[in-house]
Amino acid sequence: MEQTTIALTWGVVLILLPLAGAMLAFLFRRVATLIGIGTAVATSFTAVALARAVIMDGTLHHAVGGWGAPLGIDLRADGLSVLMLLMTAAVGLAISLYAPAYFRDESRKAEQFWPLWLFLWTGLNALFLSADIFNLYVTLELLGLAAVALTALPGRADALTGAMRYLLATLLGSLLYLLGVALLYHGFGSVDIAILAVRVEPSPVVWAALGLMSTGLLLKTALFPLHFWLPPAHASAPAPVSALLSALVVKASFYILLRLWLEIFGTLGEGVDTLFGLLGAVAILWGSLQALRQTRLKLLIAYSTVAQLGYLFLAFPLAVTAGATAWSAVAYLALSHALAKAAMFLAAGNLLRFGGHDRIADLDRVVQRLPLTTGAFALAGVSIMGLPPSGGFIGKWLLLETALAQGRWGLAAVMILGGLLAAGYIFKVLGHAFTEAPETHEPIEVPASMEWAALLLAMGAVLLGFLAVPALSLIGIGDPFGASEVMP
Amino acid sequence: MTPVLLYALTGLGLFSLGLYALIVHAHLLRKILALNVMGSGVFLVLGGLARRVPQGAPDPVPQAMVITGIVVAVAATALALVLMLRVRAATGRTVLPDRQSD
Repeated sequence: MEQTTIALTWGVVLILLPLAGAMLAFLFRRVATLIGIGTAVATSFTAVALARAVIMDGTLHHAVGGWGAPLGIDLRADGLSVLMLLMTAAVGLAISLYAPAYFRDESRKAEQFWPLWLFLWTGLNALFLSADIFNLYVTLELLGLAAVALTALPGRADALTGAMRYLLATLLGSLLYLLGVALLYHGFGSVDIAILAVRVEPSPVVWAALGLMSTGLLLKTALFPLHFWLPPAHASAPAPVSALLSALVVKASFYILLRLWLEIFGTLGEGVDTLFGLLGAVAILWGSLQALRQTRLKLLIAYSTVAQLGYLFLAFPLAVTAGATAWSAVAYLALSHALAKAAMFLAAGNLLRFGGHDRIADLDRVVQRLPLTTGAFALAGVSIMGLPPSGGFIGKWLLLETALAQGRWGLAAVMILGGLLAAGYIFKVLGHAFTEAPETHEPIEVPASMEWAALLLAMGAVLLGFLAVPALSLIGIGDPFGASEVMP
Repeated sequence: MTPVLLYALTGLGLFSLGLYALIVHAHLLRKILALNVMGSGVFLVLGGLARRVPQGAPDPVPQAMVITGIVVAVAATALALVLMLRVRAATGRTVLPDRQSD
């Protein structure tokens, strides 16, 4: 590891920049919005610079304070981390473009939003760059606390109870994870993922740690049946916050689970992969059916998140024999879901602003009156349904192909059924968007930046379908999936 | 029974006790306290298992982790308590509603 200590300078900047921005935005409240937008733009540029450095030099390592593992804290950036960091930057930039107009009439809310959002961004960047399981715990908590505070921002009763439920779930998840860390440290004397990967061997300690850490992370990722906290929290938060939670925060705990699985538990967790696949399949069907039943747009989108998260877990049983393809499919799905779901929540925020409600049945001819927003919702829907040429299509196609090649007809059927159900709930919304509602109302003007932010994200989700080759080769840098086969 | 095992088992006992209380009690203050008891259990496991070789010196790294963990727990508890007070002010009750209205 010592010979590759090319200073991961961009990575350190990526953590310090939003942290500094958050503190400045907290201190200088009057100019919080300006500081926030400036920080968002600078952080996004830094993420791109880091991606360039990783593409040129391969995996980067950095020992914080010059200590190095096993005593110090190591940062690491490989293809998978860079993909997640770029995803965060893309969604983060769009939300930072959206938020000023959204909070225009509520300056106090804006003053509270910017520091919390930038703290959340700090936590996300630190999480994707961390290379030891204890540091991952700290970043998980940073992330969880900022996310809960953002959920509670509206201050209404439903948002507060949703945030409280979310806080209890996220703290329980963290404690389960931390107990697993304690057991792993006792068993193998290190918290560094690379060192653990070498030392770990089948024993009761490892199985207990696997059980505790997986349960904690599944609770935070809201996999069925541990999803109970997600719909109320995601549906009652302000639109930009819902977008952040659904697009990025649940992906962060999934990323940790994926890392642990790939490097520590993968060869030891026989049977667990089948369980994950089964829960994922149930999540797809249950989440989609619940989404279809909803009468409120934001709850519909939140249940759609529960369903789409299920797809990520289908890869665990498939990866046993086709590792690299299944994992690349998952990374791609996570990325395209982030863009599409953020676009959907922002579009829902526009409709809520426009009509003063988010009852699906009372959407009143919004397709003529808010064409950009409806277009954003439809384009994002294309990616969620998994229709070509979107990014969602590439991810689901790769997964489906692996399932068929392995003769897993059940999983393939669930994937196709999930796509059909997704089409059902998206067309339900679009159908009401075209028709006149029984009660018409005076529309409230929606600022252009809010419409464009949603549309740009949705277009990104569709354009990802054309970027499959460069994106898949980016994921492969540093060989995060232990690939022995060549990417398609 | 070695002292190490005693600490570890006590820690696991506290963790299970806290988990039980978190599930059965409806009052939010009790839930927050239950989470704190669970946290103490984890810290005890971390600290207790620090003596990895029976005769050797204890490992200082878990102590550092416990200190970090306590800082995180204090911050989380503060947020939880503020949120609980706000929930009480908004709904007049200190319990979460059974099911959210769809």
